[in-house]
Amino acid sequence: MKISFRNDVLKEAQRIISLYPRKESSLLPLLHIAQREFGYISDEVEAYIAELLQIPPIHVREVVSFYTMFRKRPLGKYHIQVCRNISCSLLGSDGLIDYLKKQLGIDEGETTSDGLFTLSTVECLGSCGTAPVIQINDVYYENMSREKLERLLEELRRGG
Amino acid sequence: MELLLTKRFSIPDAFRIEVYRETGGYRSLQKALQMRPEEVIEEVKKANLRGRGGAGFPAGVKWSFLPKEKKMPVYLCVNADEGEPGTFKDRYIMLKDPHLLIEGIVISSYAIGASKAFIYVRGEFLDCIDTLERAVKEAHREGIIGEKVMGSSFSLDIAIHRGAGAYICGEETALIESLEGKKGRPRLKPPFPAQKGLYQCPTIVNNVETIACVPYIVERGGEWFANLGTEKNGGTKLYAVSGHVKRPGVYELPMGTALREIIYEHAGGIIDDLRLKAVIPGGSSSPVLTPDEIDVKMDFDSLARIGSMLGSGAVIVISEKACMVKTLYVLARFYAHESCGQCTPCRNGTSWMEKIIKRVEDGKGRKEDIDLLLDICDNIKGKTVCPLGDAAVMPVESFIKKFREEFEAHIAFKGCTVSYEREGVLNV
Ligand SMILES: Cc1cc2nc3c(=O)[nH]c(=O)nc-3n(C[C@H](O)[C@H](O)[C@H](O)COP(=O)(O)O)c2cc1C
Ligand code: SF4
Ligand code: FES
Repeated sequence: MKISFRNDVLKEAQRIISLYPRKESSLLPLLHIAQREFGYISDEVEAYIAELLQIPPIHVREVVSFYTMFRKRPLGKYHIQVCRNISCSLLGSDGLIDYLKKQLGIDEGETTSDGLFTLSTVECLGSCGTAPVIQINDVYYENMSREKLERLLEELRRGG
Repeated sequence: MELLLTKRFSIPDAFRIEVYRETGGYRSLQKALQMRPEEVIEEVKKANLRGRGGAGFPAGVKWSFLPKEKKMPVYLCVNADEGEPGTFKDRYIMLKDPHLLIEGIVISSYAIGASKAFIYVRGEFLDCIDTLERAVKEAHREGIIGEKVMGSSFSLDIAIHRGAGAYICGEETALIESLEGKKGRPRLKPPFPAQKGLYQCPTIVNNVETIACVPYIVERGGEWFANLGTEKNGGTKLYAVSGHVKRPGVYELPMGTALREIIYEHAGGIIDDLRLKAVIPGGSSSPVLTPDEIDVKMDFDSLARIGSMLGSGAVIVISEKACMVKTLYVLARFYAHESCGQCTPCRNGTSWMEKIIKRVEDGKGRKEDIDLLLDICDNIKGKTVCPLGDAAVMPVESFIKKFREEFEAHIAFKGCTVSYEREGVLNV
């Protein structure tokens, strides 16, 4: 089935396109919307966005693969991203990563078999003053510790 | 000291336009609109406002590089990509005082003759994007942006653009490429963006903090601003302090405050009163300093004199509990991950360095590895399209120069001899 935005989303997309002097400039924002709507950027989504902006699909593909926030496959319900850069590392992010791997029984880049959690490491999240920092879906959790993480996982597992 | 950029941080609702106006906001814009654009640029020049994004280039001078003849539209791009590890200052300006940034944007756009401005915000900062969008709406409603700004003949639109996770897009020409809907690959300079930038039109790229200084410069004059800092380094500076300090955070202090004062007075000293081992003074790419160097004044020229950089003003404090090899590995891995890959020396060099430092860290290093690393540095330095190559080299060279014995010990004793916990100092 051919993929397309719902009407209200299409309106949102058109408003965004109109913000730019040239519509190709809206590619990143539109991909963000597409990812929000469809969960990830499949080949169909790439083709749809290319058509919407009248640009070559190959161009969309290159852009999607360049930027780390765009995903080519579905992730778990909760995407846990642990900052591994300097300030977080100095304050124990490695320990948090080890802990998560053990608790979830997965490695970096993997998703638990129940589809609940995906674990990733990321570079500096720009919040180094509250290190260690992790991001779950769109939200930052700051000044993390093992105890806090334990509680958080518990809540998420309960569907919180 | 009187706070400027952070003065509203303690006012809970300062992100609302009413509160911003009650506390003096948008008066500088009114004043600027009575001035000629050249006069505004002149004040910014007098202010010795050096770019806060990393390079420290004088903002007023950059603005005067725009072509005198206006044949094409001029754009202002505000760099809110905030990706340099250790840096977290622009985030707070956007969250706590978004109208200060907007006022700075409107004045700066007026000065350079732009009728369209973009704020390029790193993709993860959704809270900043929400706050800015709300503020832009408010400003529109009150006639501060849009057609006929505050009843003048000047018009301006502001668009907020969300990035998508690529450190390199903080580099100004990569940012422009990204804003054009492309991969963020830096362009060769010259031509500089002021000549050919967004859509090949004259473009000014400035950091959030740089732009946020502009309303104060217009309000009280360039000379006043210049006098807040040191010679050729005007104003106050947001120092973002992280790592092994008791009170990490953003501190607004006069430009040129001593590093020792920042660490021990403002940030409260080292966690658990451990001994200081090293400080990275200006974001991950700035060469590391040793404890005997921390009396340096934190301005662009003073740090350059001792072979480092103020960069973004992000102070990363490292105590005796940290292993310098491990810490360098974290940085080397970062640069290898973020290289855009278009220049061979950077693409290959950064991943070789990552691999070699990893091997040293893991106790599998060879005697010749240290010199090999320095060799790779020589092959990257000055041989790349953008400064990321050099940025990757500077930590490697400076760590080896100043902490060579730690690298040698890792190789001789086949691993780490520092009591570095995998959990870090906090033992989280
Ligand atoms: C690899 C790289 C990353 C950069 N990242 C940022 C950034 O995140 N934010 C920023 O303001 N400047 C960044 N810069 C500096 C910009 O290229 C540019 O100099 C700056 O935005 C100009 O603004 P300013 O003069 O106000 O500092 C980066 C430069 C390089 C080489
Ligand atoms: S130096 Fe590195 S990041 Fe910069 S353009 Fe070359 S490959 Fe890309
Ligand atoms: S190093 Fe983790 S947020 Fe910056």
